[in-house]
Amino acid sequence: MLELRHRGGCPGPGGAGTPPPREGEAAGGDHETESTSDKETDIDDRYGDLDARGDSDVPEIPPSSDRTPEILKKALSGLSSRWKNWWIRGILTLTMISLFFLIIYMGSFMLMLLVLGIQVKCFHEIITIGYRVYHSYDLPWFRTLSWYFLLCVNYFFYGETVADYFATFVQREEQLQFLIRYHRFISFALYLAGFCMFVLSLVKKHYRLQFYMFAWTHVTLLITVTQSHLVIQNLFEGMIWFLVPISSVICNDITAYLFGFFFGRTPLIKLSPKKTWEGFIGGFFSTVIFGFIAAYVLSKHQYFVCPVEYRSDVNSFVTECEPSELFRLQSYSLPPFLKAVLRRETVSLYPFQIHSIALSTFASLIGPFGGFFASGFKRAFKIKDFANTIPGHGGIMDRFDCQYLMATFVHVYITSFIRGPNPSKVLQQLLVLQPEQQLNIYRTLKTHLIEKGILQPTLKA
Amino acid sequence: MIAFFFIIIYLGPMVLMMIVMCVQIKCFHEIITIGYNVYHSYDLPWFRTLSWYFLLCVNYFFYGETVTDYFFTLVQREEPLRILSKYHRFISFTLYLTGFCMFVLSLVKKHYRLQFYMFGWTHVTLLIVVTQSHLVIHNLFEGMIWFIVPISCVICNDIMAYMFGFFFGRTPLIKLSPKKTWEGFIGGFFATVVFGLLLSYVMSGYRCFVCPVEYNNDTNSFTVDCEPSDLFRLQEYNIPGVLQSIVGWKTVRMYPFQIHSIALSTFASLIGPFGGFFASGFKRAFKIKDFANTIPGHGGIMDRFDCQYLMATFVNVYIASFIRGPNPSKLIQQFLTLRPDQQLHIFNTLKTHLTDKGILTSALEDE
Repeated sequence: MLELRHRGGCPGPGGAGTPPPREGEAAGGDHETESTSDKETDIDDRYGDLDARGDSDVPEIPPSSDRTPEILKKALSGLSSRWKNWWIRGILTLTMISLFFLIIYMGSFMLMLLVLGIQVKCFHEIITIGYRVYHSYDLPWFRTLSWYFLLCVNYFFYGETVADYFATFVQREEQLQFLIRYHRFISFALYLAGFCMFVLSLVKKHYRLQFYMFAWTHVTLLITVTQSHLVIQNLFEGMIWFLVPISSVICNDITAYLFGFFFGRTPLIKLSPKKTWEGFIGGFFSTVIFGFIAAYVLSKHQYFVCPVEYRSDVNSFVTECEPSELFRLQSYSLPPFLKAVLRRETVSLYPFQIHSIALSTFASLIGPFGGFFASGFKRAFKIKDFANTIPGHGGIMDRFDCQYLMATFVHVYITSFIRGPNPSKVLQQLLVLQPEQQLNIYRTLKTHLIEKGILQPTLKA
Repeated sequence: MIAFFFIIIYLGPMVLMMIVMCVQIKCFHEIITIGYNVYHSYDLPWFRTLSWYFLLCVNYFFYGETVTDYFFTLVQREEPLRILSKYHRFISFTLYLTGFCMFVLSLVKKHYRLQFYMFGWTHVTLLIVVTQSHLVIHNLFEGMIWFIVPISCVICNDIMAYMFGFFFGRTPLIKLSPKKTWEGFIGGFFATVVFGLLLSYVMSGYRCFVCPVEYNNDTNSFTVDCEPSDLFRLQEYNIPGVLQSIVGWKTVRMYPFQIHSIALSTFASLIGPFGGFFASGFKRAFKIKDFANTIPGHGGIMDRFDCQYLMATFVNVYIASFIRGPNPSKLIQQFLTLRPDQQLHIFNTLKTHLTDKGILTSALEDE
C-alpha cells in the first residue's frame, strides 16, 4: 500500500513538532502540587510514543495482522507488490459486494442483524483507538462501562423501534406490555446506573483520562448507534430506501477512485492528497446515473418497495403491499432541450427516480466530507486504518466512513418529503391516552374526516 | 439569588423560559472556555464561531420541535412559520451539515488532534447542556409546579446536606469530595423529603402553578387557567396502622401529587449528588477550582447547576412514564399529516376500541 504509506508518513514529522511544546507550556503554567500535574508531560510522552509508533507501524506487509488467505497470496505471487495490493483490494471488494447481495436475498431480518453487527464492530474499533490513544487498558471498569453504555443506548433505541413496528406482537405478551409502557423509565434507570458506576469508579490519579474516555464513549455512541438505528428505520420504510443510498455511496467511492486513477490531476483537499477534482466530478455524474438506473430496476419489485411489516400469523417479516404512487410509472413531459436530444415527447419514470437524483447528489457531494472527517481523524490520532479486519481495506469503519451522514440524510428526507409519521405509532399512542382524551380526539377526527369527505356522515361502518 | 428566583416565578412562564435559555448559554460558554484553556486553542481558526454556530443549530432544532407542539394554532396561521415547521427537520439538518462541512474544511495540518478534541468537547457539552435545558422547558409547560418543586428540592438538598454536615458531620462519603459526609447525606435526604411534601402541599392549591401552560390565541400570551387534574385534588388516604397510633388520625387529606413529590425528592437527594460528584471530578481532572467567577463566593453558573444535571431528565421521564401519556394535540397534528386511507384506518380502529371499552355509546355517536 505505497500510497497509504506516504499518507501515514507525511504528517509524522510535521505533527510531532507542535503538540509537545504546547503541552509543555501547560505543565509550566499550572501551580498544582498534586502528582497529576505531570499529566501534561505524560501526554507529552504519549505524543512521542505515538509518533514513533506512527512511522514504524507501516511496514510493507504487516506481518502479524496479514489476513490475506494463502490462496490469494500464491495466485498473486508473480506480480509486483503494487499490483498485488491492487488485486487483493479488488478481490475483497468483489467478495464484500457478493456477500451484500447474498444478505439482501436472505431478507430484511438478516439485514437488521447485519446492521447491528456492523454497529457493534464500529463501536469496538473506535473505542479500541481511544484505549490506544490514552493507554487506558489498566483503568478499572472501562471496558465494562463502555460496553454497558452501548447496551443501554441500543436497548433504548430498539425499544422505541420495536414498540412501533411490532405493535400486534407486543399487544399479545403481558411482560412486553409492561416493558413498553415504562420503556423510557427503564432505559433511563439503566443509564443512570452506568453513570453512577462511572462516578464511583473515578480513581484519584486518572481523573482526566477517565473523563476523556467517558466523553469518547458518548461521542462514539452518538455517531455509530444513532446512525445505525436511522438505517434500520429507513429499512423498515422499504428496502429500496436502504439499498439505493448505500449503493450510491459505494458507487461514488469506486467511480471517484477510478476516475481519479485514470484522469486525476488537480488535488481536491490537502487532507486527502489522493482525491482529485476529476475524480470528484466524474464520480458525481456516474453516481447520479447509477442511482437513476438502480432506482428504475429496483422499483419494479414489490420485495424492495414495500414497507417491511411483521405479520403475527406468519411470525415473520413480509413485504407485500400495493406499491405507493412513488413506485408507479408516470409520464413526464420532457423540457424542450431534452426533447430535441432524445426526440421523444414524454418519458415514463418512477417518481422515486427523481428522489434518487437527490439522494445520489447528496452521496457524491456531502458523502466525501464524511470520508475527509475520517481521514482527519486518522491523521489526528496517527493511525493508518481503523483496524485490520478486512485485508487490503482496513477496518469496518474505513468502509463505512462515507456512509456516515447518508443514513441521517435519508431519514430526514423521508420524514420531510415522503411520508408523515408512522401510523401504527400514532395508533399506539392514541390507545394509551385517557378515555376522555380519546373521546375528544375521536370527535375531532370525525369532524375533520367528514369535512375532507373521507368519511361519509351517513356511513356507520 | 433565592429572592431573585421568587421574583422570576412571579413574572410568569415566558420569563422563566428566557431565564432557562440564558442559563443554558452561560453554562455552554463556561464549559467551552474551559476546553479552550485546556487545549490552548484560542488561536485555532473558526473555533469560537463553529462552537457557537453548533449551539445555535441545536437550539433551533429543539425550539422548533417545542414550538410546533405547543404553539400549534399560531403556527398554522402564519404562512412562513408553517413552512418552517413542516420542513423543520430538513432545515435543521442542513444547518448542522453546513457546520460539519465548515469543520472539515477548517482542519489545519498541524492541529488535527486539537481540532477533533474541541469538536468532541463541543458536542458533549451540547449533549449535556442543551438537552437538559429543553427538558426543563418541557417540564415547565406541563405545569410550573413540575419545574419549581424539582429545582427547589435539589437546592434544599444542597443546603440541608451542607448544614447537617456542618453540625453533625463525621464520616466522609466519597474520596472525590472530602467535604461531604454520610450524616449530611442522610440528614439531607429526610429533610428534602419533608420539604418536598410541604412545598407541594402549598403549591397544589394554586391554579397558576398547577395548570399546563397554554398559549391563548386571542390574548396572544400564555395562560395558566384550567380545571386542575386529579393529581391536584385533595383525596383521603388511609394511614397505615403503624402511623395511625403515632399521629392519632384515621385518614389524612393529601394531594396525590405529594406522593409523586416523595419520589422526586428521593431522586434529588440520592442521585442528584452524583451530578455534583461528576462536576467535582471534572474540576479535579482539569485542575480548576470553579467553573468561572460569575457569582462572587459561589463560582460560575455551572457550579450552582451541577446537581440539577440529571434532575430535569428524571422529571421528564417520570412525567412521560407515570403521569401523562403522549400529548393529545401533538397526536392530532401527526394524524392530520397522514394519508387519507391511513387516517380512515386509524379512525376505525379507534372507534372499535372505544366501543369495546364502552366509552363510546351509540347515543354519543349521534352527537
